[in-house]
Amino acid sequence: MRIIQPREITDAVAKAVISANHYLPYDMVKTAKAAASSEKNKKSKNFLYKLTENYKTSKKEIFPLCQDTGITVIFLKIGSEIKVEGDIYKAINKGVEKGYAEGYLRKSVTDPFTRENTGTNTPCIIHTEIIKGSRIKMDIMAKGAGAENKSAVKMLIPSDGEEGIVDFVLETVKKAGASACPPFIVGIGVGGNLETAPLLAKKSLLREIGSASPVPAARKLEKKLLYLINKTGIGPMGLGGNTTAFAVFVESLPCHIASLPVAANIQCHSARHKSITI
Amino acid sequence: MKKIQTPLTKKELESLKSGDEVLISGIIYTMRDAAHAKVSRMIEENKKLPFPLENSIIYYCGPTPAKPGHIIGSCGPTTASRMDKYTPLLLEHGLAGMIGKGGRNSEVKNSIKKHKAVYFSALGGLGAEYAKNVTGSKVIAFEEMGPEAVYELEVKDFYAVVINDPEGNDFYSSESRS
Repeated sequence: MRIIQPREITDAVAKAVISANHYLPYDMVKTAKAAASSEKNKKSKNFLYKLTENYKTSKKEIFPLCQDTGITVIFLKIGSEIKVEGDIYKAINKGVEKGYAEGYLRKSVTDPFTRENTGTNTPCIIHTEIIKGSRIKMDIMAKGAGAENKSAVKMLIPSDGEEGIVDFVLETVKKAGASACPPFIVGIGVGGNLETAPLLAKKSLLREIGSASPVPAARKLEKKLLYLINKTGIGPMGLGGNTTAFAVFVESLPCHIASLPVAANIQCHSARHKSITI
Repeated sequence: MKKIQTPLTKKELESLKSGDEVLISGIIYTMRDAAHAKVSRMIEENKKLPFPLENSIIYYCGPTPAKPGHIIGSCGPTTASRMDKYTPLLLEHGLAGMIGKGGRNSEVKNSIKKHKAVYFSALGGLGAEYAKNVTGSKVIAFEEMGPEAVYELEVKDFYAVVINDPEGNDFYSSESRS
């Protein structure tokens, strides 16, 4: 049994939230650069160039990538051969609080009724899984509300089929429009139920851009949706052009014979996440 | 690219056309959801506002805290439609311009046309770049609301695109997006 001190977890999380808010994963940077050179619309091309400049400015750790430094979402995997000497959830939240204070990040978490800011960007949102082994793994996202507000879930029925899924996703993307900061990454969860479809959608946002689903039907849907989304003409920041989404990821789970749940999680072009292993 | 200066003059406003790219300089005021709710209540109660609405520009923004030695943190725009509920009242009281991101509802668009005002979109997700355009910053109201406080920002060559112009044109519903 490996023993881990809560402090170790707190410090790792604090470092990770600062890093996530200043450096984008390389696949995002590469994709934005490629789009800046291929986009034909003049205003949108100009925007995509500025976006790559923004990455550079932020990387110097002068300013965070975006002023909406998000609500922190953590996919936590705990090895079964680990014992944490204390409360792991407390340790993680303490790490978020520390990182948001020391990194001069915006505290955006509030009471839903009184709208009073908690002042610490906590509580964060944690999804826990038990895995084999003696490590703790965390995928940490800084999820902005502009795109999250435009995400949606719908309980389709079996007869809606693939057409129903496509219509729902396109409708969600069109409603999101410029408000949600395109070019998007669109995470789709198909199947499961009311709570697992959105969870699949969110988790899919961690995939590498350019990766394709190993499930043939999902892979086909990813390709089709990316094509159709980029044909909407919304373009980067709604300025027009062919780059409305950088990627579409589809994840699936079996569902009830009477259901076809589908969720679309919209991720803005500031797709901030960081993986750590303790 | 058109350069404009705040406070906005009538002539300057009238020259703005949907789709124009502009560089804004001068004073702008940040306000987001909570500040809008508060200011609207103050107007209804005939209270003195923290800044003059007349000919002013409101920027929908909640910046990150400034790091030591800096004027401000990251400061890009937030979604404008969340302020739609409050906007017509502010326009009635002389507000000339708004900067945010995304489209507005039809009530706001009509009100913009009626009051000959303007709505600009700044570029979302470029918060680090926009920080370079801010030459002065101070909190002038609701400090207790943290990122939702009202900041008076002095900006230089702040890039934005005219979405809804005083004549009632809407960039997002136009064919000119190519």
